[in-house]
Amino acid sequence: MTELEHEALRGLLGAWALRACPTDEAAELERHFDACPDCAEEGARLRHAAGRLAPDDPLDRPDGLRQQVLDFCLSRRAPELPLAPWVGPYAAETAKLDALLRDLGRSEWQETVELPWHGGVLRRNPAEVVCHLAAVDGLLAATLGLPDPVEPSATEILARVPAQARSSYEPWGHLVERSDRLADSRAGLSPDTVRTLWRQQSLAVIRTVQPDSAGLVRYGPGAELPVRDAFVDRAFECWIHGEDVARAVDYPYAGPAPQHLRQMVDLAARMLPTVLAGLRTAAYAGTAGRPRPAARLLKLVIEGPAAGEWLIPLDAERHPEPEPDAEPVAELVMDGIEFCQLAAAHRDPDRLPVGEYGDRAAIREVLTAVPLLSRP
Amino acid sequence: MTAPDWDQQMRSRLARGEESALGELYDQLSPLVHGLAGRILADETAAAQLTREVFGHLWAHPEEFDPAERSLRSWIGELTHQRAVQRLRRTALDAEEISDRVAAAQVQYVVAALPPTLRQTIETAWSDGRTYQETARQLGISEQVAKQRLRLGLQLLASELEFGS
Repeated sequence: MTELEHEALRGLLGAWALRACPTDEAAELERHFDACPDCAEEGARLRHAAGRLAPDDPLDRPDGLRQQVLDFCLSRRAPELPLAPWVGPYAAETAKLDALLRDLGRSEWQETVELPWHGGVLRRNPAEVVCHLAAVDGLLAATLGLPDPVEPSATEILARVPAQARSSYEPWGHLVERSDRLADSRAGLSPDTVRTLWRQQSLAVIRTVQPDSAGLVRYGPGAELPVRDAFVDRAFECWIHGEDVARAVDYPYAGPAPQHLRQMVDLAARMLPTVLAGLRTAAYAGTAGRPRPAARLLKLVIEGPAAGEWLIPLDAERHPEPEPDAEPVAELVMDGIEFCQLAAAHRDPDRLPVGEYGDRAAIREVLTAVPLLSRP
Repeated sequence: MTAPDWDQQMRSRLARGEESALGELYDQLSPLVHGLAGRILADETAAAQLTREVFGHLWAHPEEFDPAERSLRSWIGELTHQRAVQRLRRTALDAEEISDRVAAAQVQYVVAALPPTLRQTIETAWSDGRTYQETARQLGISEQVAKQRLRLGLQLLASELEFGS
């Protein structure tokens, strides 16, 4: 054996000790051990050291620990540059999803994730789900003056998506297109790189936003959210899709912290009147004698850790400001997590355990409307 | 961003009192801190308490960490290790049990203190069972460099472990 060949084999010792050599190279090195006590000895020593490697954290970090640690730190020293309270849910949910993605093994990145929304079910692998989140987060990034990760749409790419397939996602077809375009452009990258790109974008967004950041995030025609609501919306979608991924790979996934969940419930409750108005417009389209009931209110009572009460105007398109002393026509009582799952179209409104008091029809109307808040 | 740049920036952001930096710090280093605390203390409540204490200390005194001297991982690893051992000494455990626990945690502490490029290469190969060729592709380095780093990293690890026990 030449010195050069010997050096080549010696160079493999670290990889061999970690069992990171292809079988044929490992076999060749092991044959060499018989003839070379030096290499055999170093091999044994390195393999012994490698055998002591252990994963960073033998315990699962308890669900609430992140928030606990941050709260403790902030109580010891108040931040000179605090985060706006409405950034909290996004910061926590993106961190939680990142931790899940870091744990995924190679085969788990190949799983198919089901992403239900009220118009159907999208099926994507985890990397494509991450691109979907990054593509829609990109709208928020752009509003804050950060780069949009999605290349401007090129006609030849659009032409590959059959028009029929696009229309089945309406009115959100353009969001699905954005996501698939980003996933296409990142298809050659490793899942870990796709994760890192999404994570870097979400961290940049958190670093850039200021408590007084203004502007509207345009999800589509007529669908705009102020920056502060968009942060809560993005946190909500990150939680729901994180849970979709976790379900596909059979991992547990915790719900949001109570103060974050509460902001998500609040956003959904505030968006409901528009959806209700849309529902009614559709129901009465073409009929001449449209009934004009008095302005009604429904009291939504959320139980559980995010407990609270919301008054939902049911006829906001005609009565934007309900009478201050108006009595609710009905009361709907449900758990906060379940309400959010319903808003993500991850629950069947007819099979949800809820408390109902008063006008049954008004309650049905609301339960039917809530899943319409979901997007693909 | 390279690891030393990240450390440097993190320290400035912590010193400026950026709340967003605190979250990033936790996400990056809590597996190490909580893991070390858990291994030494073998108690979930105590590990959570110590994790709070260590991050609370760094957030309150970011100036104590000097990026010119060492990496943030190795600094926070040592702080966690020290405080965990102090806590153990206050319990009724006998000295032998304490030294067993500390030895079990030692490998993590040693890995945390390895130069970042060596640590990253070992972890990439080890954690997902990649070959050195796949590790090289994953990290965007040549196969030759990947092999060198794995060997050098394990040599350092072996010396530290032999020296420590």
